[in-house]
Amino acid sequence: MAEQRTFPSPEADPDTEAFWAAAKEGKLMLGSCKSCGEKHYYPRGMCPHCGSSDVELTQASGKGEIYSWSVLRRAQPPYAIAYVTLEEGPTMMTNIIEADLDGLAIGQKVELKFSPTEDADGAPVPTFKPA
Amino acid sequence: MSINGKAYIAGVYEHPTRKAVDKSLAQLHAESALGALADAGLSKNDVDGYFCAGDVPGLGALSMVDYMGLNLRHMDTTESGGSSYVMHVGHAAEAIAMGKCSVALITLAGRPRAEGMATGTAPRNYGSTSPDVAFEFPFGPTVVNMYAMCAMRHMHEYGTTSEQLAWIKVAASHHAQHNEHAMLRNVVTVEEVVNSPMISDPLHRLDCCVISDGGGAIIVTSPEIAKSLNRPLVKVLGVGESPKGQMGGKVDLTYSGAVRSGATAFEEAKVKPADMKYASIYDSFTITVLMQLEDLGFCEKGKGGAFVSDGNLIAGVGKLPFNTDGGGLCNNHPANRGGLTKVVEAVRQLRGEAHPAVQVANCDLALAHGTGGSLGTRHGSGTVIMERE
Repeated sequence: MAEQRTFPSPEADPDTEAFWAAAKEGKLMLGSCKSCGEKHYYPRGMCPHCGSSDVELTQASGKGEIYSWSVLRRAQPPYAIAYVTLEEGPTMMTNIIEADLDGLAIGQKVELKFSPTEDADGAPVPTFKPA
Repeated sequence: MSINGKAYIAGVYEHPTRKAVDKSLAQLHAESALGALADAGLSKNDVDGYFCAGDVPGLGALSMVDYMGLNLRHMDTTESGGSSYVMHVGHAAEAIAMGKCSVALITLAGRPRAEGMATGTAPRNYGSTSPDVAFEFPFGPTVVNMYAMCAMRHMHEYGTTSEQLAWIKVAASHHAQHNEHAMLRNVVTVEEVVNSPMISDPLHRLDCCVISDGGGAIIVTSPEIAKSLNRPLVKVLGVGESPKGQMGGKVDLTYSGAVRSGATAFEEAKVKPADMKYASIYDSFTITVLMQLEDLGFCEKGKGGAFVSDGNLIAGVGKLPFNTDGGGLCNNHPANRGGLTKVVEAVRQLRGEAHPAVQVANCDLALAHGTGGSLGTRHGSGTVIMERE
């Protein structure tokens, strides 16, 4: 198992503080549009699909599969960045953790596991491990 | 309304430096500007429009305008990373067509090498007010791993191989051997590319462009002024630009904004990809070239691997000579922004002023294309099509 990199803490703003508050409770939230019904990621104050500002946060199951990945071999320690497509539809940027970095594959099933970040009061970030 | 035939590229200049420890950023911009003006046969007092992007020092264009003592009636600071300067050619043509200026100066410069910048492998952060940063920066997105994810997906969907990508670098190296200013002049083989160290799967070291200091400039003028100068006439036929991002989570890494910028430019130019005698294609990485060639319509989507193989991009060998200066992969990538030098080499080809070993015979139609930002997250694509009159 690879050594784990340290994650910088995300900075919340008025648009995203509810998302990061949910993250501290272990919940991954998606943007969900009450007007067109589409989900989006990252969550924001307007629906990027239809333009409505009638949006809310809904919880994702945390299940998904790898859309694409790459291991940055030059980093110390090397780490796997990825886009994961959630079963709810949206694809999000993340890291694959607790995995054999030489055994990753597009289409591989993964599940959510939040990773702590470097600031003591920083929110954890949504990472994924092989399911 | 169209800009087809409304503007000409009258001057180009590529700064010869590749490591500028002894020059300031403003100085590199100014030397590049003077170089392009001299090439056109114009002076700085002829300039009435100035176009620059985020690589200039100071607030927008203001500090450079003041430094160079320009007396303007039009300026444009469109910022789209490395594709900005291709878009600037279009914006300059539009401004000239509207009578807003008649001699447009575009400059680019940067010193990432002198400053020791970890260009490709350090995570980039555009600041906490950028709405995507909190959702991306913690995961360590760099230039190279973002393009690497595009390559990984392309391989998965279309069966593209590392050997096919390597052919792009091989072609660039064949051209760079003739360029005395190129950073990497050794001809390399497919085997050398795929056996070079893995930087970020599946991109190897030789799939990546150089890091260089330098700069460049372009002069775009009205037809009347261009025809009064003693230079070959390079007419702007068509331009296109398009941003592309993550589309709210509908991420698709298999294509770029070139699908739209290219189609727009070809429609305005009233020509088609097969008419192009030469193409300058932004080559931050080998995968950048392959995706853009597909998206611009030089080959079918997913067939880029076969298209670039067996020397098809090498001048005198293949059907579509590209980046005959060695491109970003071998020659120069000033300010980590490759769009301006793409236009410069296309103009050299159209004028018949490329190195004789790589000059395309009867080169009367050429394309220059840039991608700025990151193909893996959000980027801007700019395309310009030019004709030698």
